[in-house]
Amino acid sequence: MATKSCAWTGARTRGESSVPHRSGFFLLLCRFYLLPILKPVLYSLLFSCLLKEWISQFLNVCCLLMQDGKVIVWDAFTTNKEHAVTMPCTWVMACAYAPSGCAVACGGLDNKCSVYPLSLDKNENLAAKKKSVAMHTNYLSACSFTNSDMQILTSSGDGTCALWDVESGQLLQSFHGHAADVLCLDLAPSETGNTFVSGGCDKKANVWDMRSGQCIQSFETHESDINSVRYYPSGDAFASGSDDATCRLYDLRADREVAIYSKESIIFGVSSVDFSLSGRLLFGGYNDYTINVWDVLKGTRVSILFGHENRVSTLRVSPDGTAFCTGSWDHTLRV
Amino acid sequence: MEKVLVAMQDPDMGMKMRNQRLLITVIPHAMTGHDIITWLIQKYHICEEEALHLGEMLVKYGYIYPLREPRCLVLRPDESPYRFQTPYFWTSTRWPASELDYAIYMAKKNIRKQGELMEYEKERYSLLHKRINHTWDFVVMQAREQLRASKQRRKADRIVLECQEQAYWLINRPTPTTTKIETSRRALGRNRVKSSVCLEGFVKYSEQYQSHDPIMQGCLPSNPWISDDIAYWTMNSEIVPVPTRLRVERWSFSFMELLSDAMGRREFMTYLEKEFSAENLHFWQACEEIRHGESSKIVEKVEDVYKNFLAPGAARWVNIDSKTMDKTLEGIKQPHRFVMDDAQMHIYFLMKKDSYPRYLKSDLYKNMLAKAVVPQETKKSVFPFMRRQRHSSPSPAQAGAPAAEEDGRAGTNSAAGSHF
Repeated sequence: MATKSCAWTGARTRGESSVPHRSGFFLLLCRFYLLPILKPVLYSLLFSCLLKEWISQFLNVCCLLMQDGKVIVWDAFTTNKEHAVTMPCTWVMACAYAPSGCAVACGGLDNKCSVYPLSLDKNENLAAKKKSVAMHTNYLSACSFTNSDMQILTSSGDGTCALWDVESGQLLQSFHGHAADVLCLDLAPSETGNTFVSGGCDKKANVWDMRSGQCIQSFETHESDINSVRYYPSGDAFASGSDDATCRLYDLRADREVAIYSKESIIFGVSSVDFSLSGRLLFGGYNDYTINVWDVLKGTRVSILFGHENRVSTLRVSPDGTAFCTGSWDHTLRV
Repeated sequence: MEKVLVAMQDPDMGMKMRNQRLLITVIPHAMTGHDIITWLIQKYHICEEEALHLGEMLVKYGYIYPLREPRCLVLRPDESPYRFQTPYFWTSTRWPASELDYAIYMAKKNIRKQGELMEYEKERYSLLHKRINHTWDFVVMQAREQLRASKQRRKADRIVLECQEQAYWLINRPTPTTTKIETSRRALGRNRVKSSVCLEGFVKYSEQYQSHDPIMQGCLPSNPWISDDIAYWTMNSEIVPVPTRLRVERWSFSFMELLSDAMGRREFMTYLEKEFSAENLHFWQACEEIRHGESSKIVEKVEDVYKNFLAPGAARWVNIDSKTMDKTLEGIKQPHRFVMDDAQMHIYFLMKKDSYPRYLKSDLYKNMLAKAVVPQETKKSVFPFMRRQRHSSPSPAQAGAPAAEEDGRAGTNSAAGSHF
């Protein structure tokens, strides 16, 4: 596929032979290859694809949502739609997959986060079984299940993040400290599993303790809204992507920014970032329709991927690290 | 707001002010709270609640101040006396409340009655003392002067002036941005690590995981996304008879890796059973369930854990130090999600420091490593563009039912160029 072969050229220069030499060859033909597969997708996506997430153990399924109010779970490998849920609100901005794979949570301009149990019975009306879990006073920008199906962490345009109990819909903890909309959040992969980082329109990235609700650390070096934050796989650092066209790496133990990934030729903002499995590569989806791959340790750009015809709105690496998926306003998802 | 006040003070239409008695001295030009409310209601044709609210706002902003309880800035609709604040002290005149003046005020208070300053005032006082130490003499001198001058006034006037000043400062005390100071103080107290050390950490981590990163190093037998061959996934699924070598190696990277892999946990459990310390892992797992499980079941789960692991003489008694044990037992009386956290952490670190390193050196692990399979790289097919049938994996929502076979080629038959 067009994007994939570009990703592998980077590996090839290091002397690894796993990339078929047909990669260049592949490039041309793959564009045709790709489109037929996604063409059915193209028609069914009425609006741009906004967000998606991989599910952990079942490696080839990913869930995505779109701005026309539908949440669809795809099998990314076979490109089949597995489930589809229509939300009453047409503008969905956040979605999350439960760790067990049995439920999906989503929310958006309706200020709520709803959890839908998934079932394979095609006749069942999934929308009827929804459970409204979170209530904010402004739009929901991101949500994520914590280590279990029972708790959800949400962030909202009202400047707060909150932790909810799914069963009872009760608010367990709320996190105040951002001066503007909170746009993104990510949970730490640490041993104790008690912290998360959130980034907002006030250019700050805050690290919070889930138990006490306190802001432990705060980083304010970006020059514009932070669109996306992601923890480094070891949990000691996190990267953030912002509208100021840079991605930055912040170290939690040193308590400062340690790297900036930017280039003069890049002037469009970053919408989404993610690390590869080893943390060596940082993928960033940009509003100029490209994906830039950075070497985390050297701070240099490894490669640039083309293929989307509109802005890349979201990007995620699969949990086993074998591939990453990007979604864009050109109504397609590419792996 | 000031229009209201001016109207209030209008001698004809305004409030009726009387001489109020405050203890023994008579204060001229005071009014009762009750009068304030009734006047507001009359003048503005509003209901009592609104009048009360408006009155409270006036007091809060310092235009009216209470005489009897000068610290309590609340409007009471009864006989308690109030007075108008002099325009000199109005907030709108924006007389910048400088620190110096505040210091003088507090010094005066201090001199007048030792120890009368309230807690926060004492704090502020000592803070200011530190900050404007160089002009402290001036401050004290000023304070003394002002006190002397005021002694020459009539008692009534003196009380009035005092109350005025107090009310003013209550509202306008220069707030030394406490929250900012707190966060900065906290930031200073944090232990920081040198960034060079942190960066070394990253390099080490990335190097360690490099061979495990399919994007960096390719995966054996082949990356399913490219070759359409799902062998990689079947080999690495949750429970397999023989795990791959990379997977077993990963268990040695960190304790968390071992615990998060289902097979790893199973292996570790077998090892612990041999060492007669399996209850630790069971306890840890039970605590995880409490932490992440349903809220409604917390109480019964905590009960279970107590019965099985913590009660004296329990079947699977875990060895926790007495301090943690006491704390946990106290917490159990009012069980909540995190009540087991301390005990869980203790056991986790115990396992990490003790059992885990021994496991890595044990025969059990070494045998596993030796048995582990290194998959062969699949031969590249002659026709690279032949697409194999793609099967979807069982959806987790199915809970056990076999996955339906779906032909992944359905959408592509009509496409040009996809098959050769």
